[in-house]
Amino acid sequence: MDMLHIQGLYKNFGEKAVLKGLDLTVPEHSIFGFIGKNGAGKTTTIKTVLGLLKADAGRILVNGEEVIYGDSPTNRHISYLPDVPAFYSFMTAEEYLQFCGRISGMDPAQIRSRCKELLLLVGLAEEKHRIKGFSRGMKQRLGIAQALLNRPKLLICDEPTSALDPVGRKEILDILLAARQQTTVLFSTHILSDVERICTDVAFLNNGIVELQGTVADIKSKFRNDIYRLETGSDAARNQLLAAFPGMEAAQDGSLQFRQQCHDVHAVLGFIAENRLPLTRMEQAEPTLENLFMEVTGQ
Amino acid sequence: MKHFLAFTQKEALEQRRSGKLLFLGILFALFGIMNPAVAKLTPWLLEVMADALAQSGMTVTEVTVTALDSWVQFFKNIPMALIAFALLEGSIFTKEYQTGTLVLSLTKGLKRHTVVLSKAAVLTVLWSAGYWLCFAITYGYNAYYWDNTIAQNLMFSAVCWWVLGLWIIGLLALFSVLSGASTGVYLGTGAVALICSLLQFLPKLQKYLPTALADGNSLIYGLKSPADYMPALVIAAGMALGCFAASIPIFRKKQL
Repeated sequence: MDMLHIQGLYKNFGEKAVLKGLDLTVPEHSIFGFIGKNGAGKTTTIKTVLGLLKADAGRILVNGEEVIYGDSPTNRHISYLPDVPAFYSFMTAEEYLQFCGRISGMDPAQIRSRCKELLLLVGLAEEKHRIKGFSRGMKQRLGIAQALLNRPKLLICDEPTSALDPVGRKEILDILLAARQQTTVLFSTHILSDVERICTDVAFLNNGIVELQGTVADIKSKFRNDIYRLETGSDAARNQLLAAFPGMEAAQDGSLQFRQQCHDVHAVLGFIAENRLPLTRMEQAEPTLENLFMEVTGQ
Repeated sequence: MKHFLAFTQKEALEQRRSGKLLFLGILFALFGIMNPAVAKLTPWLLEVMADALAQSGMTVTEVTVTALDSWVQFFKNIPMALIAFALLEGSIFTKEYQTGTLVLSLTKGLKRHTVVLSKAAVLTVLWSAGYWLCFAITYGYNAYYWDNTIAQNLMFSAVCWWVLGLWIIGLLALFSVLSGASTGVYLGTGAVALICSLLQFLPKLQKYLPTALADGNSLIYGLKSPADYMPALVIAAGMALGCFAASIPIFRKKQL
């Protein structure tokens, strides 16, 4: 079952079209990387899913229920972690979680046990100071705790690691990875190494539409079949190949790379054999998400 | 109801920890003490200033102070207390828009009408508590030093000013959901109050305008009767309720 289904979503801000018919499907229990450049429309999409922004056209279903702008009943299935979570700074972490539990409709016993459990999980159990004195990392950890408090069916994180140091990023990613067993995570980011680390599925957002969507493994294997990398023993052989195959590219490490759709692999191998060129290594390249994103978005 | 109580407790905690509650308590208590104090000190002040006034040709005769002087002072001071209250509490909604704190609460399923009702309730309780504290302190001192029965229609005139405060709170709530910044709230509320004050100059409209309720002195001196203020009282109360009611659907459609 799909936890989130978006169909033909349009959103303009004045004259500027931000979303131009976006389609997106997030499978249940996936960690879904929603990738796009800054300003690509990730936050607009998320705020529309949360019913905080009104879509100009399109349909959004969360757990099979339609999202309604304003007071969306679908928010009972969702928790949200913004890039810079804002809390009531006059409260302590525990008071804030208790407040969140109460407005989520949890019963008092459940709130107490869940608060204790989550404060331990995010390392804030001993923190008795008010939130106004918290560091960025502590606020982000509290953000995760509030997001997981009511065991949401869909956890939406909007660039949760963008402003954190490597240690803080690792902590947040580990918590999200662990959360997968209980929830579906939609994780918007422009940090592709984070996506490679934890995501099972990805979608590339570009120019207001989703250009590519699927599981990380499927997308990588699809592109892996298409890209070949080879290493020759000499500069002369490399130059000869580059001259013979215009679609071939030289990488910084000295290897050559070409796509199957540009040059047939058998033709390349035939050329090497015919001209007795030295070949030290040839492989199907493992594309990184960064390569794929650049290619899909035409960067 | 659970959500309303949780959010209202949050609001109360914020008022307490931010020091606003203490500030308002001191402010209204001070005004309450000041009214009889100024009345009580008036003869002494005039005596001290008698020589200086005599030099400018004014003769100071013996002054008899009554509870009426203290109540006149009350109706002079309460507008300042209301302005201070509005300036202090006018950002109760907009501060949440600007910091983004409401977004997390709303995405947890908190209904938007709960936010409006809770904030309106907190403002109403704070104004009512502060106003009646000020009134009670003035009343107590007046009863101790003089005789409150000299002031006619005292309770009615006090209720008029309280309702005027509720009307201002209604406007604050309405402009808080219409505007994204505190400036918009202050300008909107101030503009409506100013327009009503200017319309007071039109005799035909006078008795229907909420700002007519600010004229407590005419009531305590018996120059006017409660019946003269009933239309303004009903309209002000109706407008306050109307503002609160209109705030809910407007806030429901507000982009955050």
